[in-house]
Amino acid sequence: MSTYNFAYLDEQTKRMIRRAILKAISIPGYQVPFASREMPMPYGWGTGGVQVTAAILGKQDVLKVIDQGADDTTNAVSIRKFFEKTAGVETTTHTAEATVIQTRHRIPEAALSEGQILVFQVPIPEPMRFLEPRETETRRMHALEEYGLMHVKLYEDIARHGHIATTYAYPVKVDGRYVMDPSPTPKFDNPRMDNCPALQLFGAGREKRIYAVPPYTSVKSLDFEDHPFERTRFSRPCALCAAEEVYLDEVVTDDRGGRMFVCSDTDNCENRRAAGHRGELLGETLVKQARDVRNGR
Amino acid sequence: MVAETPLLSVAGLTRYYGARVGCENVGFDLYEGEVLAVVGESGSGKSTLLSVLSTQLEPTGGSVQYRMRDGKMRDVFALGEAERRLLLRTDWGFVHQDASHGLRMSVSAGGNVGERLMAVGWRHYGNIRTEAGDWLKRVEIALDRMDDKPRQFSGGMRQRLQIARNLVTRPRLVFMDEPTGGLDVSVQARLLDLIRGLVADLGLAVVIVTHDLAVARLLSHRIMVMKGGTVIETGLTDQVLDDPREPYTQLLVSSVLQV
Repeated sequence: MSTYNFAYLDEQTKRMIRRAILKAISIPGYQVPFASREMPMPYGWGTGGVQVTAAILGKQDVLKVIDQGADDTTNAVSIRKFFEKTAGVETTTHTAEATVIQTRHRIPEAALSEGQILVFQVPIPEPMRFLEPRETETRRMHALEEYGLMHVKLYEDIARHGHIATTYAYPVKVDGRYVMDPSPTPKFDNPRMDNCPALQLFGAGREKRIYAVPPYTSVKSLDFEDHPFERTRFSRPCALCAAEEVYLDEVVTDDRGGRMFVCSDTDNCENRRAAGHRGELLGETLVKQARDVRNGR
Repeated sequence: MVAETPLLSVAGLTRYYGARVGCENVGFDLYEGEVLAVVGESGSGKSTLLSVLSTQLEPTGGSVQYRMRDGKMRDVFALGEAERRLLLRTDWGFVHQDASHGLRMSVSAGGNVGERLMAVGWRHYGNIRTEAGDWLKRVEIALDRMDDKPRQFSGGMRQRLQIARNLVTRPRLVFMDEPTGGLDVSVQARLLDLIRGLVADLGLAVVIVTHDLAVARLLSHRIMVMKGGTVIETGLTDQVLDDPREPYTQLLVSSVLQV
């Protein structure tokens, strides 16, 4: 412990990042450049998010880290351990207990509250990048609010697929001004960014940008009048906890086309099962069904 | 009468590249519906002039005044950047010699035409598509190619697509830089025919840069001959081409192959 400064980064670096964060909060959706540091992990593993978390973390904070909604996958586990080791803060998997939640893409299903901070890991912060490769040009377009190009992307989707086929990194307009890429978050979560009581911070390590959505800020998904934004819908409930209206992951279960759909938010799924909700493929449900069948015969 | 004030008024326009001359002391007035051809050999300053006129390059001296839609003459270099960019994508058009500079090659033909509409606030997919389709028809691109990318188009089609993309917001002034360059003659002829029709229908003012005197004769009302960065002769197209005064213009006219 004594070999690291609290939360790994030195205090000067944290001050620099905090200044960028303050500026980002003052101009919702605007990408603030910052002097991103080398972190002990490869780019693409959340170097931006980790730096933001390190800069805002205090000794009293309780940290939760999720990777696609799950607390128990590699990225989540290693980042959680990283802060346990370098900051010694308390960690949790329960959304309600956490004060800082670092996420790779999902927003937890449980409603967030005031005082919580959601930190997103962002690979490519510029929403117009794939249509306009010049950074000088995209900056100018942001400055002059020239966002026609963003709709060209959606137009292309409809022309090719008959509907807006962008399902993640779906562009949004923040506070009626800046168009923002909500990191590769599934568009399912876009409506939950709108008017959210928690502070949302976005860190892109390789691209050296920080942006933010302050609490209770409007976040509107871009769309056409005759092709309005639609949230992803699932035709079935979670196979383990029977939750509806949640984001589901597809899990392949065998090599004969078998698959199950389960909550991507593991914390939410565990809580529901603990509260007695039973999905159709939950182990004990299957065992019970098998027992009933055997006894019935 | 509105038509009595020019649409574009250029005076003393000069651009130096360090000590070298790009163009020097160019002045002309362009009225609505008028086509002005700028001719001259390579290196005569035609393209520099066009870049300065279309605000891609800052002039070293001189002024470019444009009559905005509200009827007021404004110096285009005194406009704010937002205003100037709005002007460029609504009231002006620019047709590049190389279509890949004027098009988004990875976006479908419909998207290319629709971009300017979306940029000025169109947010109804159906309307954008109908309007883009209308323009593709006007430039003779079949509707079943609407969702293909310009990469899959021939050179002539790309050039026509570029024209549709520029005209969709009904600009009043279009700059063209060798629009027929690099196309074979039959395709050139059809393209020229199309441009001539559109210019007449829409009452466009056009500044067209070309080294091809046949293009100038077919399209333009007036002609400006440039040499070494300066204008050496101006006049009505048929007058200049049939009865050239300057020795250089005479040389230029007599250099055209007669078949």
